[in-house]
Amino acid sequence: MNDGISTIEQQVLRDYKYGFVTNIEADEAPRGLNEDIIRFISAKKQEPEWMLEWRLKAYRHWLKMEEPKWANIKYDPINYQDIIYYSAPKQKKAPKSLDEIDPELKRTFEKLGISLEEQKRLTGVAVDAVIDSVSIATTFKEQLAEQGIIFCSMSEAIREHPELVKKYLGSVVPVTDNYFSALNSAVFSDGSFCYIPEGVRCPMELSTYFRINAENTGQFERTLIVAEKGSYVSYLEGCTAPMRDENQLHAAVVELVAMENAEIKYSTVQNWYPGDKDGVGGIYNFVTKRGICLGDHSKISWTQVETGSAITWKYPSVILKGDYSVGEFYSVAVTNNHQQADTGTKMQHIGKHTRSRIVSKGISAGFSNNSYRGLVNVSKNAVNARNFSQCDSLLLGDKCGAHTFPYIEVKNNTAIVEHEATTSKIGEDQLFYCNQRGIDTETAVALIINGFAKEVMNQLPMEFAVEAQKLLAISLEGSVG
Amino acid sequence: MSTVDNIKEQLSRLQSEQRDSGLKNIRQNALNAFDKMGIPNTRHEEWKYTRISALFNQDYQIQNGQPVAISAQDIDAIRLPGHENAHELVFVNGVFSQPFSKIHPNQELVIIPLEEAANNEYASIVSENLGHSSRYAKDGINALNTAWMYGGVFIDVKRAKIASHPIYIYHVTDSRTANILAQPRSLVHLNEGSQVQVVETFATIGMQSSFTNQVIELVLEEDARLEYYKIQNDAVHASQVSTTHVRQRGKSFAHTVTISLNGNVVRNNLNIIMEAPYCESHLYGLYLQKGNSHIDNHTLVDNVKPNCYSNELYKGIMDENATGVFNGKIFVRQDAQKTNAYQSNKNILLSNNASVNTKPQLEIFADDVKCSHGCTIGSLDKEAMFYLRSRGVTEKSARSLLMHAFADDIMEHIKPEAIRQYVDKLISERLEFDTI
Repeated sequence: MNDGISTIEQQVLRDYKYGFVTNIEADEAPRGLNEDIIRFISAKKQEPEWMLEWRLKAYRHWLKMEEPKWANIKYDPINYQDIIYYSAPKQKKAPKSLDEIDPELKRTFEKLGISLEEQKRLTGVAVDAVIDSVSIATTFKEQLAEQGIIFCSMSEAIREHPELVKKYLGSVVPVTDNYFSALNSAVFSDGSFCYIPEGVRCPMELSTYFRINAENTGQFERTLIVAEKGSYVSYLEGCTAPMRDENQLHAAVVELVAMENAEIKYSTVQNWYPGDKDGVGGIYNFVTKRGICLGDHSKISWTQVETGSAITWKYPSVILKGDYSVGEFYSVAVTNNHQQADTGTKMQHIGKHTRSRIVSKGISAGFSNNSYRGLVNVSKNAVNARNFSQCDSLLLGDKCGAHTFPYIEVKNNTAIVEHEATTSKIGEDQLFYCNQRGIDTETAVALIINGFAKEVMNQLPMEFAVEAQKLLAISLEGSVG
Repeated sequence: MSTVDNIKEQLSRLQSEQRDSGLKNIRQNALNAFDKMGIPNTRHEEWKYTRISALFNQDYQIQNGQPVAISAQDIDAIRLPGHENAHELVFVNGVFSQPFSKIHPNQELVIIPLEEAANNEYASIVSENLGHSSRYAKDGINALNTAWMYGGVFIDVKRAKIASHPIYIYHVTDSRTANILAQPRSLVHLNEGSQVQVVETFATIGMQSSFTNQVIELVLEEDARLEYYKIQNDAVHASQVSTTHVRQRGKSFAHTVTISLNGNVVRNNLNIIMEAPYCESHLYGLYLQKGNSHIDNHTLVDNVKPNCYSNELYKGIMDENATGVFNGKIFVRQDAQKTNAYQSNKNILLSNNASVNTKPQLEIFADDVKCSHGCTIGSLDKEAMFYLRSRGVTEKSARSLLMHAFADDIMEHIKPEAIRQYVDKLISERLEFDTI
């Protein structure tokens, strides 16, 4: 057993494939945060007055708030005055087509496997690429526009579709919701905006790729997806960052609005830089994600594969307001070395006959700590609400921890709520079975872990599933128990 | 003067009287801790769903040697069946009353006041174990009891002895003339290879508010075997915080059943600390609540050493405006490999105004473990109802039958026949009367 652990330790160090830095000139705001910085960001984005007011309101509220301390994570205090809140790769003017994008930038995305050109030609995925604070390029815009779908960067949406942004921005995650959402509301620089008109089934997967490049910056993006009556959209989100010794803050806000009979499927493969094997550096991923099923029979589904970040702290939630609405949450969270994750979901049952399902798989290795924290709340009028939650944890090695904090609050007697959780390690008998059939231990572990996470992986769109599975294998390479 | 200040003043007065040097330090430490932490509010994670601070909006009298007006008839009225054969310990307003208690002459165990034990040959056992629960309670409620430690009891079950009489502990509160805050405290020490059964119950006489803040600490040495039953069927104006702290210092066996049927705000803390390898524990609980009562069961199983086994099942039926809380924590330390820990919480809601908040919590730092928990909240099974109704069973009987079956999973773990029948009767009455 001890030998096994030392082998893990030897092998646990692997290279973070996406840890390169792109040498492009950046246009940055000075360090620190004050009202002038917010005015600076707003001016850079050529925002209308109401947007600036909105930001300032958020900032003033943020000043009054205290950083929350309840999560099962530890980190040194963040100096909010030492962060650069705006950084944009320098470009002469807005690119009209992909050919006009800085070739250095294009190469960056090619290295990441997000070849913008290729995407354009081959796969049926529309990509919005965001580097540091701004959206670089959005592909397939024209094709989408033919069906009335709006898919663009947030700053563009604020300029061109102010009525929609005004109506929905902050409607799901209010400015005052929490410390990090208030901060985000004050300083958010870009993100994606997506609007699916009534009755349209979005013909391709929409995707945003986030990349932190510049040093000392924080990334604060804001995503808003609105699905009108009877529409459907599947949205993917991926992210990486260079390897740096200091911790960088990523505080995003994602809002989803689903109207009657609409369905939003939101998938994330989160692979921010997790820090080195001693826990130095890495991204603090403090994200607020929330969707609201506003109309009857609507559905929101979150799928996440979390392998990166020094600290992950997020709870993609669904407010089930419409009758017969459905919320789903599928998650695989992998922590290795000194990573910490406190993640889970909230399902707020408000409408009648609402249903929710939670499947969470946590895998911990090295010295990491992995917590599931979830809330299922059935309010008094949520007649016939139904929830099923399952949280399984897998421990690889004896220096890591797995924790479960499910909160279940039921105020209606017609509700049926079930929760189950297990914690275990990879069975010796399972490994023996594989070894006996000529499968070496490492492959066997990968096989078993894949099986463990299958239920969630199956929910991912095909393009992502392959990547996620590879990521899973790499993240745990050598962590054989 | 606020209630809390009033309590503090009474505490420091008791402290200055120095009646017993053996407990002085531990009291002083607790007093300091209480001073710092105070009464927990709902922002305290462990008290999120239980509003205990509201109970301190009124003044209480704390027993401090005043004469009490309890009569032998009052005690007779609350005796549990099987008492003829049991050691009966009576606490009146939180203070151990020797005249009302009845201890059979025996060779197996010693029952003496805690103050006495702290100063005689048991002093080392007392100093090693008394107050251990405060390490697990990061709030002022436990400290309040410890700071007040007055009129407590110490029980020592001798080496390799099997107690031939069970121990019945009655917590009687006489609130006929004033609001009473009772703070009973006991320490039970089971020596190597000893066995004992402990049954605790609570009764309030009188119509004023009563609040019992009780702590019992049970210490199990190697090969000791404990059966512990707590029956809570107190008046609707009686509130309780009842802490049962089981410390398994040697490889030992603990079996606990908590039955909560009535009361105003009832909070149970059950801690099982497994400090030795190969410990085994069973935790069972049943709560049937109605009216405006609030029941909160917090359990903690702390696996410190390897190869321990614990099994937990708590079931609840909530009716009318009752609110229920279950918080089960399983803690597996890094050393505690090969831990097996199971936990289950099942709830039935009968009324639309009843609610349940449940939080089964696992915190695991060892990899070679098998831990699972599950919880369910629902109403009575419609198919089972239909099955019974289609066979001519009335709706009332069918419901009562199903609920009885639900409760039976816990009832069967009450091993003393007399106590099981007694609880069964209480539950039968409750289920038949209260269902439509």
